[in-house]
Amino acid sequence: MTLRQLLLLTAGVGLLAAAALTPLIGSGYAMSMAINLLMFTALATAWALFSGPTGYISLATVAFFGIGAYTVAVVGEALPWGLVLALAAGLGFLVALVVGLSTLRLRGVYFVIFTFGLAELIRQLVTWYEANHAGSVGRFVFLDISQAQIVWQLTAVTAVVFLLGALLQRSRLGLTLRMIGDDETVALHCGANTTAAKLLAFSLSAALMALVGAIVAPRWTYLDPTIAFNPVVSFQVLIMALLGGAGRLYGPLLGVIPLVLLFEYLSAHFPNHFSILLGVTFLAIVYLVPNGVAGLAERYLGRPRPSQPAAAAPAQPKEGTS
Amino acid sequence: MPILDALLNGLTLGGMYALVAVGLTLQYGVARIMNLAYGECLIAAAFAAYWLFSGLGLSPLLGLGLVVPLAFALHWLLYRLLLVPLVRRAKSRAALEVDSILATFGLLFIVEGIVLVLFGGNYYNYAYLAGVLDIGGTPLAYNRLLALGFALVLGLGLYLLLTRTRGGTALRAVAVDPVAAQLVAIDVRAAAALAFALGGALVAASGVLVSMFLTFNAAMGVVFTMKALIVVIMGGVGNLAGCLVAGLLLGFAESFVATYLDPGLTIAVNFALFLFILIVRPNGLFGRASA
Repeated sequence: MTLRQLLLLTAGVGLLAAAALTPLIGSGYAMSMAINLLMFTALATAWALFSGPTGYISLATVAFFGIGAYTVAVVGEALPWGLVLALAAGLGFLVALVVGLSTLRLRGVYFVIFTFGLAELIRQLVTWYEANHAGSVGRFVFLDISQAQIVWQLTAVTAVVFLLGALLQRSRLGLTLRMIGDDETVALHCGANTTAAKLLAFSLSAALMALVGAIVAPRWTYLDPTIAFNPVVSFQVLIMALLGGAGRLYGPLLGVIPLVLLFEYLSAHFPNHFSILLGVTFLAIVYLVPNGVAGLAERYLGRPRPSQPAAAAPAQPKEGTS
Repeated sequence: MPILDALLNGLTLGGMYALVAVGLTLQYGVARIMNLAYGECLIAAAFAAYWLFSGLGLSPLLGLGLVVPLAFALHWLLYRLLLVPLVRRAKSRAALEVDSILATFGLLFIVEGIVLVLFGGNYYNYAYLAGVLDIGGTPLAYNRLLALGFALVLGLGLYLLLTRTRGGTALRAVAVDPVAAQLVAIDVRAAAALAFALGGALVAASGVLVSMFLTFNAAMGVVFTMKALIVVIMGGVGNLAGCLVAGLLLGFAESFVATYLDPGLTIAVNFALFLFILIVRPNGLFGRASA
């Protein structure tokens, strides 16, 4: 382990520990901020697991997030909590698998559009089912889960996401994903099973998103499809990951922290002009920080770039050969 | 008669979708700008028409004469000032697509925010040509018919412009291959700016027409962007006839499902159709195989 990796690891553990400690020392406001930060960190990092290396930009984040939240709303009271979470993650994985099988042959913009629509589609199907077969469209979530417990669960999930991300980068699957991002045709010719790799990574990231959705669901006591499948979440996750830099595991985090704080500030101080300011921020990011904060930091800190791309699964591959 | 209802509904709905999508097919097909703020521009034009009609008493058809040139100029400036830096920076077409998605996404919020500040989040509508034509017991509003007619006229005019004029041929050349177009002395950037502005003028026109019969509010832009994207991709990017056919197909599918199955399932049908066509014909109904 290099010094840099050690530093990153220490910083990561420190941040997670700080997040886990907020319920003990912070106010209710600090706790809700911690939930927001952790939720978006987990979502944006999970998003980048698949979309970062492959370059397939997914706007379906909220589809899986909402599936997780809805699982809690439907079976949250009937089953033990651990089982509910497992079910949510499993459902997210399964839906992503089915959706992925049919859509991952779409490339570029087609994929973006379809994932954009997927959340809407699932939202409408849920609304339709609830209205016609369940009687009412909204559901109440009365669970005995405190804010503090949500913070701790989110901390754990965030840690898992980062761990999985680190393992993925070092695995054969991670290498295949990066190859797909560079040139999918070449990857195919090298004998990589691109479809399986994409499917697996997509479903894995979806399962994590569903898990996050399930964990934060008790925050809302009332849930309906417009809340659970709010498309703004997908966009927020996307812009956070891109601001931070989706090519690095820690990249999305660098985008989540400033943007969550900014959104909070803007919506508190300029509720009427929130949308305009959000748009201006967005444009500023696209024009001024095209490679994300992580790219910017590396340019100025002068990280030595490996001169050769890593060979297939070397014993100790450096990260960031994508 | 339910079947006649569904047919006529589908026809007017489909006409509207085709009309709404025509501008995007130019912006995306020629200028290569995936404009996510497209629906917001439509809504902004609808609000402008509403303001002209209820504030100044100007009929929407006269309003077209004001709103459309203004939208053309604004979109031209937008491309020149905001999007050219992205075009210059982009290494490949895919990179430009991603950048333009992100930039126009920011634009989406700005336009939506301006409309919100000016008009608030309420729903608006006004009555113009709201009379009803009775066809075999099925009511059909004049303003919807007018929109359908305009869709056909605009589509035909644009088709003639693109296929019968020199400038139009240049636009098509840029759509096919921007690099090769440069080799035959076409100013690609000017052509792209023209296509983007033309698309902007078309979306403004459809916004004004749609405002005559639809209740709209500031947050509805996304719905139109979505529908327009689906129509454009289904029809084959940059293909006008495809746009019309895909729009009508979508309109009929929606109205038939709403009539015979359940009005709650229309979006599901949208995406099922979209996905089915993309899987069977990845370049759209009329797309060329090469892309």
